[in-house]
Amino acid sequence: MTIKKLNLKLPMIGAPLLWQLVFFALPLLFLLVISFWSVQNFQLTPDFTFKNWVTMMTRDTFWSAYSYTWELALLAAFSATLFALPAAYSITFHLSERMRTIAIMLLVIPFFTCYLVRAYAWQIFLSDNGIINSLLSPFGIEPLPMLNTAFGTWVGFLTMCMPLVVLIQVMGMMQIDRTLIEASRNLSAGPWRTLYEVVIPSVKSSIVVAWLFAFILSFGDFVSPTYLGGGASPTLSNLIIDTVKSGQQWPRAAVVALAMIGTLVATSILAVSYAYKGKK
Amino acid sequence: MIWNLIRTGGRLYTLSVIVIILAPLIVSLIFSFNADRFPSLPLKGFTTEWYELTFMDPEVIAAFKRSFMVAIPVGLMSTLLGFAAAYSDYRYSFRGKSLFNLMMLLPPTIPAVIMGLAMLSYLSRINLAGNVYAIFISHVVTGLPFAMALIRLRLAQMDPSLEQAAWNLRASSVQSLFYVVIPYCMQSLFAAFLITTAVSFDEFAVAWFVSGLEETVPVRVLVFLQGQVSPRINAIGTAIFATSILLVVLAMAFSGLGKNIKPKQADQ
Repeated sequence: MTIKKLNLKLPMIGAPLLWQLVFFALPLLFLLVISFWSVQNFQLTPDFTFKNWVTMMTRDTFWSAYSYTWELALLAAFSATLFALPAAYSITFHLSERMRTIAIMLLVIPFFTCYLVRAYAWQIFLSDNGIINSLLSPFGIEPLPMLNTAFGTWVGFLTMCMPLVVLIQVMGMMQIDRTLIEASRNLSAGPWRTLYEVVIPSVKSSIVVAWLFAFILSFGDFVSPTYLGGGASPTLSNLIIDTVKSGQQWPRAAVVALAMIGTLVATSILAVSYAYKGKK
Repeated sequence: MIWNLIRTGGRLYTLSVIVIILAPLIVSLIFSFNADRFPSLPLKGFTTEWYELTFMDPEVIAAFKRSFMVAIPVGLMSTLLGFAAAYSDYRYSFRGKSLFNLMMLLPPTIPAVIMGLAMLSYLSRINLAGNVYAIFISHVVTGLPFAMALIRLRLAQMDPSLEQAAWNLRASSVQSLFYVVIPYCMQSLFAAFLITTAVSFDEFAVAWFVSGLEETVPVRVLVFLQGQVSPRINAIGTAIFATSILLVVLAMAFSGLGKNIKPKQADQ
């Protein structure tokens, strides 16, 4: 076969497909497999037992971590959505094109900078003699406990989610036909009515998708619960780390991981079908 | 009147949101030069001691070398595979295409701890865990989707008749790829390389699981964090921030990212 007749279709599709099959799909499938394996003499041993599932599913620590993770992730996703909406609206409709480009750049940059170090830096703000408490003390306010509380975790989650949520909402709002807003104004609707009856319905799907990303990110994170929340009440990710790092119990950790994946897949399907309900 | 008030309020609100999002970066920069061992106000004076301590630590230097040794090949491989995936989506129709796209784009949505556990158990089964190759493999999985998305956006702007014209002029599919498609996508290929390098350079969770003793810089930070408070973390953190910000800003300059986001214009 000469180079002229070389068919590109197979290698173009095949190369990335093979990579993601072997190094993404198979590792995730392997988690399912090892959840039925056992650990003997600290060695992972092929087996077919439901022991890991039974052990984890009957443990109170699992269920308390499960509900705590849900609470934190829901709180983070809803508050990030609410806090982001005015900013996204303003970036879309109030800023000049130049300022909008700068704002978008400033939101893209933190998305790609190490979240671990950004979360750690919040300790400087939140600790008992940190920046916020030193700014409050001249007013006679006692140091507020913020670090190593659920509040700390929440701040960390918002840091992680906000840039992405604002960006997705901005992308959605850019698609709004501006003549609709002008029409609403010409028909003398006030700003709130315009917001509720024109803007929000036309960007519903991007708001829900942004919410979903915030939920997924917060549900799986271990950094904020550990370094800002104090790690006293573990989340599911903390549980996985503890199970892996102490005692080599990979099969049990796999059970927790699969429970998380199941939850995330179900939530995603519900959210996406809600987002695009009544469209197309 | 009320619209103007909302306009001003909205701008101020946006500014404060951006300031809060960027606050950790600014604060770790400031405190990395603060003489006090413990991070509190007021600042105690200027010092470069923490940088000296950090960059005289042979383990930190080794971690930086290792990070680049992983991140640059990850950038190259992700861009190569991401281009192939984006081009496949652009050019070909085939059975299971939506499944193909799903598998290409899904990895960043899987929580890092789960990816870490999956990669650790799978790669150690095939004797690949505990070294830099394991980090390389895992990071390409997460990097490929970013590269694919960036390049796909550029391909969407390409007139399909451009490639057809090349074929009519008897160019082979390989020739049209190298003389038409790749030159057209060149800037987005650079951007994809820089972004995926940044993604790899910043990633700590999966790397922590699979790297064994071969720590990258953020994994080194994670280990520091498990010890006591040290201003060295601010110094090393600022170095990490500077590296990834440089990569991302360059990538945005190359791709014109953000510039082509324009409001939808009403049809005249």
